[in-house]
Amino acid sequence: MNMQLLVQLLVNGVIVGALYGVVAMSFVLIYKASQVVNFAQGEFLLIGAWVCWWLLTKYQIPFFAGMAITLVFMLVFGVALQIIVLRPLIGEPIISVIMVTIGLSTIFQGAMKWIFGLNAQPFPPIFKTQSVNILGLQIQTAYLMSVAVSLAMMAGMAWFFKASKYGLAMRATAFNQQIAQSLGISVKNIFAMAWAISAVVSAVAGVVVGVVNSVSPALSTYGIKVFPAVILGGLDSIVGAVLGGLIIGLLENIAHYVDSEFLHWGNLYEIAPFYVLIIILMIKPYGLFGTRNIERV
Amino acid sequence: MLQSHAEPAQAPVAGIAAEPLLSVRNIEVVYDEVILVLRGLSLEIPRGAIVALLGANGAGKSTTLKAISGLLKTEDGEVTRGEVLFDGQRIDGIDPDKIVRRGIFQVMEGRGIVADMTPIENLRLGAFTRRDNEVQKDLDMVLGYFPRLRERTGLAGYLSGGEQQMLAIGRALMARPKLILMDEPSMGLSPLLVKEVFAIIQRINRDLGVTILLVEQNARAALSVASHGYIMEQGKVVLDGTAEELRDNEDVKEFYLGGAGDQRRSFKNLKSFKRRKRWL
Ligand SMILES: Nc1ncnc2c1ncn2[C@@H]1O[C@H](COP(=O)(O)OP(=O)(O)OP(=O)(O)O)[C@@H](O)[C@H]1O
Ligand SMILES: [Mg+2]
Repeated sequence: MNMQLLVQLLVNGVIVGALYGVVAMSFVLIYKASQVVNFAQGEFLLIGAWVCWWLLTKYQIPFFAGMAITLVFMLVFGVALQIIVLRPLIGEPIISVIMVTIGLSTIFQGAMKWIFGLNAQPFPPIFKTQSVNILGLQIQTAYLMSVAVSLAMMAGMAWFFKASKYGLAMRATAFNQQIAQSLGISVKNIFAMAWAISAVVSAVAGVVVGVVNSVSPALSTYGIKVFPAVILGGLDSIVGAVLGGLIIGLLENIAHYVDSEFLHWGNLYEIAPFYVLIIILMIKPYGLFGTRNIERV
Repeated sequence: MLQSHAEPAQAPVAGIAAEPLLSVRNIEVVYDEVILVLRGLSLEIPRGAIVALLGANGAGKSTTLKAISGLLKTEDGEVTRGEVLFDGQRIDGIDPDKIVRRGIFQVMEGRGIVADMTPIENLRLGAFTRRDNEVQKDLDMVLGYFPRLRERTGLAGYLSGGEQQMLAIGRALMARPKLILMDEPSMGLSPLLVKEVFAIIQRINRDLGVTILLVEQNARAALSVASHGYIMEQGKVVLDGTAEELRDNEDVKEFYLGGAGDQRRSFKNLKSFKRRKRWL
């Protein structure tokens, strides 16, 4: 048994899984608030990362300033997308809306390839020290930053839904739009807000991945990994999405370990989460945390 | 601790009657562009009053409230004729969230509780449109009215019907509205609870000066707290007057207050009833 590799892969699983969790969380945010299945979630990471990379490399803007501009851009982008594309579709069949988000995903991918090319591009170095020593383990600073940012975003989201009035309004809208309106909540504004927050949070994840690895069209695969995470956690549960993401991240890496140590089938880890997904759904069709409605009038 | 949120009721200026807080003038409401439900309905609500709106199932009471609160829009309904004036300004056709901001809050039929939130979260939501910093103070006030809600820390969906009704009323108070529209607060409650709820309605009207439009099937309870009442049938007001007049009215007695006969199907069949044409 190669303990060194196992530990390395488990740490990796937590880091990647936390990012999956963040992206899954922002996917669930849109689904919960506006019942739209957003197939373009992965492209939010892609766009955010490219925009930030472009500001940093072409204009030599300091990292945090570049990041701030990127997030403002994503905020506007999310709102605009909701108002221009999704709002006219309110009331249309779910399948039409899904087709539109699939279309958006393709358009954004194409546009990004056209503008920024196909090659992976590294971010300029951000940390002075490359790695730090924690309990005898050498851990890359970028990885630590990645986990810290993921945790911060999860905590931020938890605070938003639990304590802020717009978070409560979003939950009320998710529960029943007519009730929400009777309380003075503008459902249109809540939808736009959900898309804006989701785009911003995903972009942060995109930049983090960019810093840890590099920016490339492959970033949008995070959007696909979201599906097993989210279905595992239950489509409408934010906590479930986070845990689902962590589980998928760990599973991938454990599968990688099992494969490289014992099976040697190659690339097993890529699809392992989907097998587990199917098995779990056969046992728990609502996902691990999905809610059935409270039956009480 | 209790203080008036709304402006005090205006004393009528000599010769001119005080402007009502709300006047609904001859409105027609259509659902799905074809279903005509209100056919020229008019009513007026004086500032600071409790007004009862009574009528049989399907008469259009809830539709009237939704026409006022704007929630009609969420059900593909529309005011196609007439106007709704609140504080002297037209509000028909305005989005429901903007109407809440103007000071009208509807407690929907079935209470409209957000079942997957706690009672406190529901109450906080009631204050969504407010910008002042006295929300916490009002939360304490509401919990003073309904101490039971403080003890219920689970999800609001598991509250009893009575507790949910109190939560819904408390949540309306959190918005500091000038006018509360209540749709059948007695629905599904035991007689004892109905009494309790109506006592509270009377108290908040008196203590806070909130004007209340009360839709009810339980005419006896409604007329015991209201100063005025309207009786509607098939999308129109067919009778109105002070609560006392209505309580003493033979038709109302027979039809609503348990005078029970075999002819209770419609007001029109009642012997002493004469249809009044009304133009407000
Ligand atoms: N959203 C809607 N779409 C179409 N028709 C509707 C709608 N809501 C109500 N109606 C119709 O309008 C009429 C009046 O309904 P409304 O709910 O206003 O009556 P109500 O007086 O509140 O009755 P109840 O005492 O049973 O609550 C009914 O015939 C009903 O079928
Ligand atoms: Mg009704």
